[in-house]
Amino acid sequence: MKRITLAAMLAILSGGAVYAAGVYGDVIFEQRSLYRNISVTESNAVRCLRFASRRFQDVRQSCINLQRPDELVFDYTKMVLSGLMVMQEPERVLVIGLGGGTIPRALEYLYPGVHVTTVEIDPAVVAVAERYFDFREGPQQDIEVADGRVWIKRALLRETRYDMIVLDAFNGDYIPEHLMTREFLTEARNLLTPDGVLVANTFSVSRLYDSESVTYAAAFDWMLNVKRQNGNRIIIAGNGTAPSDRVLVEGAIRLEMEHDLGPLDLDTTEIMVMVQREPDWEVDARVLTDEYSPANLLNTD
Amino acid sequence: MQDDGSSAQSATRTAAIAAPESRFHVPLVALLVFTGGFSVMAIELLGGRIMAPYFGSSIHVWGSIITVFMAALSLGYLLGGWLSLREPSLTRMALIFLASGLTVLPLLVLGEPMMEWVFTNFEDPRYGSLLAAVLLFFVPTVALGMISPYAIRLLVRVTQHSGQVAGTLYFLSTLGSAVGTLMTAFYLVLWFEVSTIVLAVAGALITSAALAVLGDHLGRNAGARS
Repeated sequence: MKRITLAAMLAILSGGAVYAAGVYGDVIFEQRSLYRNISVTESNAVRCLRFASRRFQDVRQSCINLQRPDELVFDYTKMVLSGLMVMQEPERVLVIGLGGGTIPRALEYLYPGVHVTTVEIDPAVVAVAERYFDFREGPQQDIEVADGRVWIKRALLRETRYDMIVLDAFNGDYIPEHLMTREFLTEARNLLTPDGVLVANTFSVSRLYDSESVTYAAAFDWMLNVKRQNGNRIIIAGNGTAPSDRVLVEGAIRLEMEHDLGPLDLDTTEIMVMVQREPDWEVDARVLTDEYSPANLLNTD
Repeated sequence: MQDDGSSAQSATRTAAIAAPESRFHVPLVALLVFTGGFSVMAIELLGGRIMAPYFGSSIHVWGSIITVFMAALSLGYLLGGWLSLREPSLTRMALIFLASGLTVLPLLVLGEPMMEWVFTNFEDPRYGSLLAAVLLFFVPTVALGMISPYAIRLLVRVTQHSGQVAGTLYFLSTLGSAVGTLMTAFYLVLWFEVSTIVLAVAGALITSAALAVLGDHLGRNAGARS
């Protein structure tokens, strides 16, 4: 009897292990940090950073191809770089949310003179990015461990300005609701140089899609939707008048001409077709503000 | 044995000279205590939301808020018990509610400039958030803490029942806190703006004060008739 139970348990355990290995590869590192459960998995020379999440199984993680470390493994990171078709020569970039450091590294690859400041709330994520994802602090890469909103408020007092701000702080189940309000986006906007752009990795499903879209529309003069069929959605937003199609095409051509995009596996024509100008959201949805930001509740269905 | 008898006797005597009360006395005090418990947790939860734009939503912000609420409640219990020694009445309890309701209101007007000031003067987000939580929430929470011990004094008639009365009031107060937490976290923030909820809580506290005064008058009238 005992032996049968033991055998059954072993079968279940090994079955579970096979399942886990099949989906995520081998777990090479695990840590429960102050903010989330972090794990690093590896399979077929692709190493991934995972934040435990029940809802966004495979979407919001960071991966590195160990054989081609500059390759942008995830489409959303390529879509984030679409901001470079508008802001073509960024000198100072602010990234909120480090993850595996893919975006800061890609920026450094493209612009050897760029200065990237990355704000990450979780010191454990910084350690993991440096140990497993080839991310290094250096003359071009600054890391600040802080809450993104608090850091931006302080940066406004210091009067530093950025050509591009990347919001990539939405990983896992819990959404930091204070990073989704009109007031926050206005603070970020005020941190931009006059022709600077903000690029945000956002939620593409649930009622939150509508609320988030109208909030960006309310905080910026213009916004573009970069959207993949049933996948991620990136918002590019800025001050003044929206960049015309011509500006985007010229920006894309310039990116292709001046940089070797091959190692990044970045194809600007792929991204160009994802750009949408017309709202495909409920335009009378309620704007998220510091007074009203139930983002996590809106994301439940 | 003899001690028990004499204390019961003295308790009966105390009851005889206590202020006359209406038949609504017990349910009214129960409602007041529930409202107090509800308000504490509604404000505490909103506290996280109010402070997030300036101090983030890191664990130390919640640490600051909970520390301040616990410290303020503990002081409130002490003061409430102490206040109940002198001529306890519903009208005096109404003053506690009025004080708590009125001291919640500055959150709406002074909250922003206060946090702005703390933000510019304190770099460390831990001590910044702690100081801001003290400035914003300490005073109203002390007042809210005074309610339960004071209510116990208004309901205890005989020593033997004091534990039971205290237990029932803890039950109501903490149940109110549970309901206040759930309502705020699950529904109120989805339906209303933070300021609207704060205003409603202040309104509920001030209404409670009015109800307590009304209850006291009803009691005195009942006493005059008998």
